[in-house]
Amino acid sequence: MFHSRTRLATGTALALTTALSLSACGGSKSGESSAAESCVDTSGDTIKLGFLNSTSGAMAISEQTVRDSLAMAAEEINASGGILGKKIEPVVEDGASDPAIFAEKIEKLLTGDCVAAVFGGWTSASRKAMLPVVEADNGLLFYPVQYEGLEASKNIYYSGATTNQQIIPAMDFLKSQGVKTLFLAGSDYVFPRTANKIIKQYAKELGIKIVGEEYVPLDDDDWTTQVAKIADAKPDFVFNTINGSSNVGFIKAYYEQGLSPATSPIISVSIAEEEAPAMGKDVTGQYAAWNYFQSVKSPANETFIKAFQAKYGADRPTSDPMEAAYTSLYLYKALVEKADSFDVDKINDSADGVSFDAPEGTVTIDGENHHIAKTGLIGRINKDNQFDVVWSSEEPIEPDPFLKGYSWWDPSAS
Amino acid sequence: MNRLLPLARTWGPLIGIALVAIALLVVAPAVLSPFRLNNLGKYVCWAIAGVGIGLAWGRGGMLVMGQGVFFGLGGYAMAMHLKLEAAMATGGPDAIPDFMVLYGDGTMPGWWEPFRSGAFTLFAIVALPAVAATILGWAIFKRRVKGAYFAILTQALAVAFATLLIATIKQTGGFNGLNQFTLFFGYNLYDPVNKKMIYSIAAAVLVVCLVVVWQLYRSRFGELLVATRDAEERVRFLGHDPANIKLVAFIVAAIMASIGGALFAPITGIISPSDVDATASIFLIAGVALGGRALLLGPALGALAVGYGRTALSESFPDQWTYFLGLLFIVVILFFPSGLGNAWSQVTQRLRPQHQEATR
Amino acid sequence: MLAQHGTPGLPQETHVDAFTTPLLAGTATGALLLIAALGLALTFGQMGVINMAHGEFLMAGAYTTYLTQQVVTNTDLSILVALPAAFLVAGALGLLLEVAIIQWMYRRPLDTLLVTVGVSLLLQQLAKDVFGAQGDPVQTPGWLDGNIDVFGYHWPYRQMFTILLAVAALAALGALLRYTSYGRQIRATVQNRDLAETMGVSTRTVDRVTFFVGSGLAGVGGVAVSLISGTNPNLGTTYIISAFLVVVAGGLGQLRGTVIAAFTVGVVTAFFTDWFSSSMAQVLTFALVVVFLQLRPQGLFTVRTRGLA
Repeated sequence: MFHSRTRLATGTALALTTALSLSACGGSKSGESSAAESCVDTSGDTIKLGFLNSTSGAMAISEQTVRDSLAMAAEEINASGGILGKKIEPVVEDGASDPAIFAEKIEKLLTGDCVAAVFGGWTSASRKAMLPVVEADNGLLFYPVQYEGLEASKNIYYSGATTNQQIIPAMDFLKSQGVKTLFLAGSDYVFPRTANKIIKQYAKELGIKIVGEEYVPLDDDDWTTQVAKIADAKPDFVFNTINGSSNVGFIKAYYEQGLSPATSPIISVSIAEEEAPAMGKDVTGQYAAWNYFQSVKSPANETFIKAFQAKYGADRPTSDPMEAAYTSLYLYKALVEKADSFDVDKINDSADGVSFDAPEGTVTIDGENHHIAKTGLIGRINKDNQFDVVWSSEEPIEPDPFLKGYSWWDPSAS
Repeated sequence: MNRLLPLARTWGPLIGIALVAIALLVVAPAVLSPFRLNNLGKYVCWAIAGVGIGLAWGRGGMLVMGQGVFFGLGGYAMAMHLKLEAAMATGGPDAIPDFMVLYGDGTMPGWWEPFRSGAFTLFAIVALPAVAATILGWAIFKRRVKGAYFAILTQALAVAFATLLIATIKQTGGFNGLNQFTLFFGYNLYDPVNKKMIYSIAAAVLVVCLVVVWQLYRSRFGELLVATRDAEERVRFLGHDPANIKLVAFIVAAIMASIGGALFAPITGIISPSDVDATASIFLIAGVALGGRALLLGPALGALAVGYGRTALSESFPDQWTYFLGLLFIVVILFFPSGLGNAWSQVTQRLRPQHQEATR
Repeated sequence: MLAQHGTPGLPQETHVDAFTTPLLAGTATGALLLIAALGLALTFGQMGVINMAHGEFLMAGAYTTYLTQQVVTNTDLSILVALPAAFLVAGALGLLLEVAIIQWMYRRPLDTLLVTVGVSLLLQQLAKDVFGAQGDPVQTPGWLDGNIDVFGYHWPYRQMFTILLAVAALAALGALLRYTSYGRQIRATVQNRDLAETMGVSTRTVDRVTFFVGSGLAGVGGVAVSLISGTNPNLGTTYIISAFLVVVAGGLGQLRGTVIAAFTVGVVTAFFTDWFSSSMAQVLTFALVVVFLQLRPQGLFTVRTRGLA
């Protein structure tokens, strides 16, 4: 009795499930995707733009600065008449430092809120997660951070540096300093690994010897053992691709073990004006490679700094990613105005050569790979935790995300 | 009354499952936008893992703090197949995933090779967690490591697993994880019709999992499992090996987590270490604790609620979300240790003490 | 006992760097793990409480160091002020946790684990909101800023200081347990709570003292951590899992198990880091603990007790 009832019940349950799921299923294997029909509303006197940055989680502190400068750029553009006469209406979302959330939220912005373009992302993981979504919906994403290159999407504009605008200029600078030996220290993830792969191949070309290579997980702060190897190798320079708070542990261990800019200076690609004072050590004399420093002398930069500090406080420094985010919104305005349309395809068709007089200098969009030409700069930290520009590529460097123009580059070498 | 009770016991849970099935498979697709339906699909994946946690923790007393590992095994197995499917669609049968060319030396590790086959992938999604859980569970339960020791070890496992994934960029995509899938067993992943289909599969799998645990709970095994949780020594004296009983529950929970992860990859389009690490594992536990760990529907409904809460709260209060999660743990465990879903039956239990169900 | 002082009296090695660096650096890591694990071992062994918020007490100690340096601007002095301050701040947090939450859930050890996960999330978010997500800098005092050359390894004074701190904490705790009446009551409670109560020991008071001391020790550990990496809201999560593994491997109820386990885990991880990589070291250390538990499921040493989970 009991058993037959059990079996009956199980059978009913399974039959029910099968019936329900069959009725709900029925995928279409053939045919083009029926999505990608833009729902952007351009009839009113405002245009919606999505700002998607992490305001919670580990990346919040970095991405909040990008959010701030995006908000400022939007206000400025609105005050001067908007884009094609339409005021920007920002739709703000939190990426929560989680790639899956970024993918979810950009989908919401593009298909739910019907924004004309999205600005944001910081980690490569977040960008990689958003890429297929923005391509499937044929939307636009403006990504403001320097990254490891090897990517180009017709639906993404990259306003930060690719490797040939940051890593390679840094190596050129080291060569000009007569550096013979180099030690590589990085966090154990994609950007440092890729950057170091490029550095190793270029170093061979330049005749610089790599005397060590160490990686520590992103959330690990204790660099003592690895720094001991640097102290032992006594390199002419240390190339630092460490990300985030791990830099603090690295810098502390570095000074503790008697290293100094006089013996083995550090060149960093992720320590900017905001991070330098948070090291708990006087980092005067160390170097960083960027495309913008607060100390850059230009009328556009003076206006930018003045506006930023008036809005957010006189003690707030400005930095490269902030500037790149600010620039990206103005570039979008220029793109739309040149195309005379908010339509993604029309924008892409007329993108090549669109330029903006940015705080870092004039930047120009490459219509082919959607990166922008930027000037490579090397700064040395002074006692006010600002960077004195000690080297410059002089001219804007054309973006080359796949390093096609560099004969020494062999992507398949390990 | 007394004659109705056995009937209610048989058909009560079934009606509950049927209601969940109708809500997920009929109502939700009809009323939700494609975007929200896809979100719901993500919560359903967590709920599938949650049902397994309910079995292991609620009924078996094993606080599995590292289910992210099994979620990740299934998720990565599926993601590897989808990655290869995307590569083969554009680059022929020998094509390899893009990131191996970009970040590696352009060669693919041999253990990726079998994942070109969809059938092998489906097999691996069940077999991988089963084997891993058997080895780990055997090592732990046979030596009678239990309670807090077990919880700590499983959590350490989740930490180690995420670290390993992040460190193996060339093999697993590292911190970025695996993403940019285009096809799901031949179906275009960006076609809304197909998205709906994958959602329906996930919802159906959840219902099947509920039916499976319902049967397990009613079976002799289910009774032994609860007995082991409440008095392991007595079960041993009765001639059963508690290690084997716990092992089976642990393996079933691991397989369910793995299936949840396998569906998570195509639904969200990405699987990365942050979906499988210690924090993600604790997130899975939160839903189960909220809904009622020892109940049949509690873990699933709790996971759906926590998933929905995360989206809704992070859209409205992006900065306060963590406070809600923290408070949820404290309030639920302190005041409703057997979950909100049990709050009502706790009251009725007091009225009918003879039908007391051990929940601790 | 293990050699805790890497004095230059160690036998001469041929490959000095390959051996000295991991040994000395690993001993310092072990010392840190020990300070963190002592409090855990105490509360776990005595009350069966798994305090997942213990890492946040380390964080509290680190932030106390930062705040102390804002008040006592002389960095040479501020660390010495920060040590007792961090002990009191973290101890007070621990006491608060015990009174507000833990005391209601003795006999439900697994549930304490989950409740304290919630507390840990709250404290992390609170630190983020109060101090900002980016860490705050902690200055190393002049007398700790430097190193001595041990077979080619520039051994930082800071690592020696950490080891001394661990030894001092251990000695103080040992003295407390062995020579004071509280210590006797604690040991009695660990061995048999019911019997101790029958004998007139107020186990409630004993529990609170233990929680205060154990959490306070984490605060002291936080001072040492802040010298490595400054402060940041996620600081506690970095150490909590390793500290728990130490407690699990060391066994309950006796401090010597914890001591040996802490230094072993520290040194072994350092050697794995040296041979493979930091990431692999974490993975391998975990694997070793699981294998070790196969050999000794109860950890290194254990006192036969009743009522433990």
